[in-house]
Amino acid sequence: MSEAYQPARILNQGSTQEKAEGARLSNFVGAIALSDLISTTLGPKGMDKILQSPSNLLDSTITNDGATILGSIQISNPAAKILIEISKVQDDEIGDGTTSVVVLAGELLKEAEKLIHKRIHPQTIIKGFRLAKNIAIKKLREIAQDHSENEEDLKKYLKKIAMTIFSTKILTPYKSIFADLAVESILRLKGSTNLESIQILKKTGGLLKESYIEEGFVLDKKLGVGQPKRIENAKILVANTSMDYDKIKIFGSRVVVNSSSKLAEIEEEEKKKMLRKCQKIVDHGINVFINRQLIYNLPEQFFTDHGVVSIEHADFAGIERLSLVTGGEIVSTFDHPELVTLGTAKVIEEIMIGEDKLIRFSGCKEPSACTIVLRGSSKQILDEAERSLHDGLAVLSQMVKNPKTVLGAGCTEIIMAQAIEEAAKETSGKIQIAMESFARALTRIPIIIASNAGYDAEQLVSELKTSHYKGNTTFGVDVMEGKVCDVQKLGIIESFLVKQGMLLKASEATEMILRVDHIMSSAPRRRGMN
Amino acid sequence: MLRFDSSGKPFIIIRDQDQKERLTGSEARKANILAAMTVANLMKTSIGPLGMDKILVDQDGEVTATNDGATILKNMQVENPIAKLLVELSQGQDDEIGDGTTSVVVLAGALLEESLSLLEKGIHPSKISEGYEKACDIAVKHLLKICDKIEFDKENCGSLVKAAKTSLGSKIVNQYTEKIAKISVEAVLAVADLERKDVRFDLIKLEGKTGGTLGDTELIDGIIIPKNFSHPQMPKQIKNAKIAILTCPFEPPKPKTGHKLDIDSVKKYKELLEIEQNYFKEMTDLVKKSGATLVLCQWGFDDEANHLLLQKKLPAVRWVSGTDIELIAIATGARIVPRFSELTEKKLGKAGMVIEKSIGTTDEKMIVIEKCSNTKTVTILVKGGNKMVVEEGKRSIHDALCVTRNLIKDNRIVYGGGAAEISCSVAVNKASKENTGVEQYSIRAFSQALLSVPIALASNSGLNSLEAVSEIQLKQMEKESSFLGIDCLSKGTNNMKEQYVFDTLRGKIQEFLLATQMAKMILKIDDIIRPTGQY
Repeated sequence: MSEAYQPARILNQGSTQEKAEGARLSNFVGAIALSDLISTTLGPKGMDKILQSPSNLLDSTITNDGATILGSIQISNPAAKILIEISKVQDDEIGDGTTSVVVLAGELLKEAEKLIHKRIHPQTIIKGFRLAKNIAIKKLREIAQDHSENEEDLKKYLKKIAMTIFSTKILTPYKSIFADLAVESILRLKGSTNLESIQILKKTGGLLKESYIEEGFVLDKKLGVGQPKRIENAKILVANTSMDYDKIKIFGSRVVVNSSSKLAEIEEEEKKKMLRKCQKIVDHGINVFINRQLIYNLPEQFFTDHGVVSIEHADFAGIERLSLVTGGEIVSTFDHPELVTLGTAKVIEEIMIGEDKLIRFSGCKEPSACTIVLRGSSKQILDEAERSLHDGLAVLSQMVKNPKTVLGAGCTEIIMAQAIEEAAKETSGKIQIAMESFARALTRIPIIIASNAGYDAEQLVSELKTSHYKGNTTFGVDVMEGKVCDVQKLGIIESFLVKQGMLLKASEATEMILRVDHIMSSAPRRRGMN
Repeated sequence: MLRFDSSGKPFIIIRDQDQKERLTGSEARKANILAAMTVANLMKTSIGPLGMDKILVDQDGEVTATNDGATILKNMQVENPIAKLLVELSQGQDDEIGDGTTSVVVLAGALLEESLSLLEKGIHPSKISEGYEKACDIAVKHLLKICDKIEFDKENCGSLVKAAKTSLGSKIVNQYTEKIAKISVEAVLAVADLERKDVRFDLIKLEGKTGGTLGDTELIDGIIIPKNFSHPQMPKQIKNAKIAILTCPFEPPKPKTGHKLDIDSVKKYKELLEIEQNYFKEMTDLVKKSGATLVLCQWGFDDEANHLLLQKKLPAVRWVSGTDIELIAIATGARIVPRFSELTEKKLGKAGMVIEKSIGTTDEKMIVIEKCSNTKTVTILVKGGNKMVVEEGKRSIHDALCVTRNLIKDNRIVYGGGAAEISCSVAVNKASKENTGVEQYSIRAFSQALLSVPIALASNSGLNSLEAVSEIQLKQMEKESSFLGIDCLSKGTNNMKEQYVFDTLRGKIQEFLLATQMAKMILKIDDIIRPTGQY
């Protein structure tokens, strides 16, 4: 038979393609496997994962933060990649709910797979899911409570939300302490969402519950040698300039000498130049000088002689925070002292935390930046605590902008699921089946949370459903006690934004994966080709 | 392949021919047609509002999910030469029209498929080509006859929005079509010159950002640059900004000719030091003197210069990309200045408001330049749940922009949903009877091929495709109306006029012409020589 009748190959060598059912199957399998993997970390009694980096086996992370887990596993399945991507965006945008968004998308896909087996076209499923999503969002908006009016109230709610977030993390035993920490530092930001100005300092040693919020600002640096350890009424110059050797930047210049005496002269001149610069700096009338770059011995000595305390090599973020805290501007030229705004602090002193010396700035002008000092017995615990705290801070900072809350503990999911089921009854056609599936997927979330805690999840959740039907719409699953109870009384509330983000992103990703009927993969780039 | 010269010596025409495969005549043609059909079949499922998407994984494992024909083909890493031609074809439609990139490939594939049976009947490929050419002429003339005009002006752009909606209907953005179609039309109208029927596409910037949903996509009257001010303490908001656009760095000069500057005495050292410090002062002074209140620079700043700018109260942005610089220059009426000494007040651009905004919890900032003085410039900020959605959103919006532009250039339309194709098919079929000889066959084949797009459309919509298409054929003939098409979204009417589903006439004509051209080109090939083992 002639070659002309063989199937034509059109793609590059090594490329693969999967079509129709095959493509769909591989998408479902990949996405569902990923969501199953992560679903065990969901809820207050979810489990943690150990992540080991491929390059350094000693470097391991223990976490139950969805975004962190997903960010560090290597995946080649395209659908799974889409899920990882949504988890990342949820992390960037809202900070929490990174696990639930993937789990919900996985559950939706599981339901969709069943529907496809029933010969329902993916586009019909998408239509139904969209309708269901809109109903859920509408219901969510209806039941959300707004706390923007009363400031005292807001603080109380912020704390409750922080407690709910921390209860699923390593911080659970001390959630009250950490919730206070988080709320206080967020309120200091005064509505800004720039979490950069909250510094989290990790110091091994001590216990997690010994963590505290530092009055003022702590810089993880040391003071210059032989300089006083405590300065009162500090006038601070924050600078970004080279204090090692200030070379001439004009291109092509170089020093050529023909005798050692001339070399000495030039060296002398260089020194003088540096000292002139130091003098100019001192002329600003300061008693503290903080530089982003290194400060060599010569200038340091000069500063000590003139009673100016110098701090070298404060990294970039540190410098920006410092300028925020002290109110000084970051300076690079020193010819016009009259134009420079200096920073101020009542007291600057060297303190010890654990075994390390740190510098504390207190009594600053602008207390919007602050430092949270985390203590813990190991690096892994500290890292995980930092991630958890960051999640909490991120959610709280968004909450201040949009202070709406919904009830947690599976209550909201059940309300939404029931709203969808109600609406489905009035919709005719295959869309109805898809909507029911969406509601089922939502109900799966409390089921997973309860089963992670080791209870008879199906039993609990069906009890919960019944109590909702009876009109107790504030009921949820108490995972600590293993029974259905009033969540409002327990005070388990969550941010509206987290829930909304979870719904929107999970359904968008599901839709995207459902729409695909063909996967074409190029041959992977061979190593060493470029 | 051996030939012998007059003295009987053999000479070789193709080098290393034992390592090459060769297909000739009808076999070559069949191989080519099969390859083209494979590509066309691949694209078929993406047609229409209920078409499916494809996932493409590139060499580095990056994932793209799309149903834009041109994008699929471009990223497919095709090897077969004929398939490559189809990639070019779709690219051509994309560059020229921006929409209908899938249909053009499907049509070309169908034309070739039809020619396969003609070839088997023993009809010469040139004859087929001639017949296709004629049929295409008839179809285009028919399109001109059945086309309709839509009316719009700046205030009343409802019809444009509807056209944009049709284009967006098949994409992932389709749950927000209303909003995104409006945004697209507004963006085009903002930069369009309705008198000259010209649209300056370079004044519309598409910026993507993850976070939120596609529904949060917004139109910004101005330009967004994904940068922040060079010094954290510069003001974040500037009213009535006078903008200096510089393409020279705030750094000591670097002459391009190689040179060495030797320092061999203390005096020279001091001199040079002074010169250096004066450079920075001069630079900032020159900028300040020109009256600028905002500096946008394509290059970096030295730390010292940066601080001097802060001291002189000159907010500045560094590392602004070349394309952004050009856009800002056009929008604000600024001149791009390559040297500090050439900066004068006349060369400054003006903008009503420049503001730095942060988005989400991560510390990502953007600078928005609003109320530019000179030309209208707009940015569409596309948002979406993840990177892939944003990218696909951008592609879809680009298509919608193209459709709107095409309508402004030429407001003639034909009805979509396969209506135009079916109507043309009927017309071509009728005309075939007036031709005698073999051409009649190929013209009829063309009319069959035209139905491929409506058939694909119907089967993607879950209809019994052949039944649906023939029913509409019949209805069109009975009522002599060219606006009956496939009811993809089960709205209960086949009247595309009522459903407001239409395509631009230009796009449709281009689609027919390009597809015919491609089919003719492939039919002409009768010899393939390639190294063995390649595929």
